[in-house]
Amino acid sequence: MSVTTRAASPVERATAPPRRTAGQRWRYAGTVAIFLLPSLVPLTLFTLVPMAGSLWVSLHEWDLLQPMRWVGLANYADLLGEEETRAAFGHTLYFIAGYLPLVYAGGLGLAMLLNRAMKGRNLFRAVYFLPVITSWVVVALMWKWLLNPASGIVNWALGLLGVEGPGWWTDPDWAMPSIILASAWKDLGFVMIILLAGLQAIPGEYHEAARVDGASPWQRFRSITLPLLSPSTFFVVVISLINGFQVFDQVHVMTGGGPGGATQVAVEQVYKLTFEYGRAGAASALSWLLFAVVLVVTLVQVRGQRRWVTYG
Amino acid sequence: MGKALKYLLVIAGALVMLFPFAWAVITSLTPDGAVLASPPDFTPEGAGLGAYERLLAAMPFWRILANSLWIGLASTALQLITSAMAAYAFARLPFPGRGALFAVYLATLMVPLQVLIVPLFIEMRTLDLTDTYFAVLAPTVASAFGVFLLRQAIQQVPREFDEAAVLDGAGHLRIFAFVVLPLIRPALATFAIFAFMASWNSYLWPLVILRSPEFFTLPLGLAELHGRFTTEWNVVMAGSVVSVVPILILYLFAQKHVIASVAQSGLK
Repeated sequence: MSVTTRAASPVERATAPPRRTAGQRWRYAGTVAIFLLPSLVPLTLFTLVPMAGSLWVSLHEWDLLQPMRWVGLANYADLLGEEETRAAFGHTLYFIAGYLPLVYAGGLGLAMLLNRAMKGRNLFRAVYFLPVITSWVVVALMWKWLLNPASGIVNWALGLLGVEGPGWWTDPDWAMPSIILASAWKDLGFVMIILLAGLQAIPGEYHEAARVDGASPWQRFRSITLPLLSPSTFFVVVISLINGFQVFDQVHVMTGGGPGGATQVAVEQVYKLTFEYGRAGAASALSWLLFAVVLVVTLVQVRGQRRWVTYG
Repeated sequence: MGKALKYLLVIAGALVMLFPFAWAVITSLTPDGAVLASPPDFTPEGAGLGAYERLLAAMPFWRILANSLWIGLASTALQLITSAMAAYAFARLPFPGRGALFAVYLATLMVPLQVLIVPLFIEMRTLDLTDTYFAVLAPTVASAFGVFLLRQAIQQVPREFDEAAVLDGAGHLRIFAFVVLPLIRPALATFAIFAFMASWNSYLWPLVILRSPEFFTLPLGLAELHGRFTTEWNVVMAGSVVSVVPILILYLFAQKHVIASVAQSGLK
């Protein structure tokens, strides 16, 4: 984000405003405008104005139809006192707690398997990445069908093993695990690719030297792989947490927040408050609360990274 | 670890990744009566393309597919143009307040979509633009992420190239179009892939802003199909299969570049 102050290059000197006449200055300003406006106008209209609007709406009671009624910070106060809000954040954390370890462990395992030269490595990489390019709605539908309690193939296979499969997304206890499973399956390839790139950046000599010194594979993993992989791990954790807090598509398609509100995550709650409960003000307030949580979590990680992230 | 065991694990992983797709294809070929059979009927009578015919009858599928494709391409093209131009200004055109403005761009990166949903919806309703292509496309036109990514790339272009062009009397638009853009092609390709995937997969905003099936994009069309054909999984899977095919074809061509782009994004 740094704006470097350095000696002006010939190009800048040739075009820099101060030495120019008024007419030339206007021409230069016009040039800057031509380059900036195509993104600045839509960014203002469709991001900056709605941002301000969202803060404004969050201070009102509003059902999208009647005129808005000013309530100050009441929406925030109400939300913080509501059981549903706590439940929504709880379900979101539940999702993250299941999803992140699963996708990281799986991604790391696959990345380590593919790290050494092997036949068909590129093919396997491409196959593992396939779910990443598939849209969330398709993935959610495929898994909803795989995990269909009565006629799904997964429960049929479990039956062959003598296990009676659970009700998956129809069962309040199993609905969130179903969503976690589908989410980890979809993102495994993404995490694998990031970690694989990190692994390949670790110089082979480190492992060689440790092996010569008699370090076991586990010791090498703990003392070489994990520390040197920490920048990639950091990236994966930051991105996964940001996405995890905003989980919506798969929930909306697989369970719609059900059954019995068991998978009612934060963004699903924003959606319902807006379009089902006629509480657009509270919905905006909740979205800002969620934003605040994500921001704090991300900042804490960025500040805390010094303690465990090693940049080679 | 034994080589055989390693291959076994890698292949098992690949099967886990491929099976849901394979099962979707198999289900889509299953006739109506046999879909919910338990245990599954693997050799049902009358297997064929019946579900696909019902899919085409149930929704304007080709139109929805075309919507997704052209919205994805238009969104990608617009983002490339607007982001590259802004990136050029931030990298090469000094002006008062440039640092502050760039910070504003970066700040918008942190604001998640759901914060904007309500006011954006109201804005579109006020302008009487709900349920239009414009409403789907407009919020995607500017990309702070793109500006950030391409600014980095432009900063890495040696200034001597621009300077040579300036000496030839070229203005900034010409330097931008004929000197800088060709030199940052890899970054443009990376960004194009991310932009297209984001548009292709986008669900929440189209869900909020679109009502008429003729404007639907694929994720929306499929979710709506699922709402109507709750238990007719062969039709739902037929829709899923057909909607995976176009992106799969693109992926087969761009596979190496897609994976390289993602890998690069994790290496700082």
